[in-house]
Amino acid sequence: MSSIGTGYDLAASTFSPDGRIFQIEYAQKAVDNSETMIALRGKNGVVCAVEKAIPSKLYQENSKPRMMTAAEHLGLGLAGVYPDCRAIRDYAVEEGLKYLRDYRCPIPDKKLAATLAEYVHMFTLGISRPFGCSVFVNSWDKKDGGKIFLIEPSGLSYEYRAWAVGKNRQAAKAEIEKLKLDELEMDQLVKEAVRIIMAIRDEGKDKNVTIEMSWVGENTKGNAELVPNATIDAAEEWARRALDEDDLDD
Amino acid sequence: MDTMHESLVKAVPALGHYPQEPISTGTTLIAMEFDGGVVVGTDSRTSAGSFISSRVTNKITPVTDHLVVCRSGNAADTQTIADVVKYQIEAYTMLEAEKVSIYRATQIFRQFLYNYRDQLSASVLVAGWDENEGGQLYALPIGGFVTRQRSTASGSGSTFVTGYLDKNWKPNMTKEECVKVVKEAVGLATFRDGSSGGVIRIGVIDKNGTDIKLYRPDGNDFPKFVAPTPHPSWPAHVEAKNQ
Repeated sequence: MSSIGTGYDLAASTFSPDGRIFQIEYAQKAVDNSETMIALRGKNGVVCAVEKAIPSKLYQENSKPRMMTAAEHLGLGLAGVYPDCRAIRDYAVEEGLKYLRDYRCPIPDKKLAATLAEYVHMFTLGISRPFGCSVFVNSWDKKDGGKIFLIEPSGLSYEYRAWAVGKNRQAAKAEIEKLKLDELEMDQLVKEAVRIIMAIRDEGKDKNVTIEMSWVGENTKGNAELVPNATIDAAEEWARRALDEDDLDD
Repeated sequence: MDTMHESLVKAVPALGHYPQEPISTGTTLIAMEFDGGVVVGTDSRTSAGSFISSRVTNKITPVTDHLVVCRSGNAADTQTIADVVKYQIEAYTMLEAEKVSIYRATQIFRQFLYNYRDQLSASVLVAGWDENEGGQLYALPIGGFVTRQRSTASGSGSTFVTGYLDKNWKPNMTKEECVKVVKEAVGLATFRDGSSGGVIRIGVIDKNGTDIKLYRPDGNDFPKFVAPTPHPSWPAHVEAKNQ
């Protein structure tokens, strides 16, 4: 990498001569190397799914959740350095409660995304190190439908119809683009999300892997919830068959 | 207050004017929701003790085109709160490029009334119209407890007319019906309450904005009442001489 040894990458407070801040790019790398996470917006809801390797059988089930909530109606999908993820989640919960106390109504999705982006951005100014994680903020309500926001380590935040971050994000995005997302009902959306995660799995590494998933939509009455294991298992079964059929076609 | 120095403002006992008394709007505030808007009605008296420092006060303070706050309690406190909340709402509207709902505006009022509840003597009615919820009326008594009301009365004059309002309010009233009842109620309250009086101001807030009308006691459409006169009650020996 061109940055190494130049001395311009030692702190986020320093620009390189060609106008880059390498510490932020390294933080982004931490997300890029993490396990693939996707978020899809369907006809009446949003699903967020992540591939997870289980390093040891001794871990409790879901001992390292990446799908969490900032409030009842706001799902968070956290990719990247785990302690950083938890710190951001804690901040998000705090801001959600503060809003509720001040205005007696739930914090709007875009307002939380903007607040988080502002917070993450502060850490790119060189006082400390940037966050090594990206955050999906997912929501659904009757009036505006599903929403997906992603906050990146740079403090950049966009709203997406669907997006992928992590190791195999390019392959995942290619798969997502083939879908007619706006037409997908929630159950179909879950199946497709699982299929994509399985399709882009690193072949060969026969590791112990699992899929963690959350959804928010009409079926959950706008609450962000974890998708039950049974639903994921059924979707995996469906996806396995779908993928096998694809292989036969090839 | 600095009591070691003589006040520069002289008391005028003949007028009932004692400068040390806090200036307050004794006040009658009446308001009602109707389908598509809100009607508010107020008196116009501001007093410092028994001295009437203004007989034509406007207690219906516009905050936005579609939101007013009716003030009662300490006049300086309520004016300041109205000013600060108005500023906050204007700043928010510009910064977030988003209209402030009536509910949200009410919550901003609540923050002040609650956070400074030990220093303030202020009670307000927040009335307005927005696209999502239509006409809304919120009552915020001293302390900042928020309730949405269909019909409500507050201020010192309210005690005299709550019964009248209970009797005359019914579901699905039209704007005209509300105006009639509200005006009559303010009239009744000012008639009996010593801390209310002057003119009647009636405000209507709906999708077209705010319309405030004034009714003078010397006009034809000011509510008129004839109070039952008591019998003269001289002692018997005086009464006998009078006959």
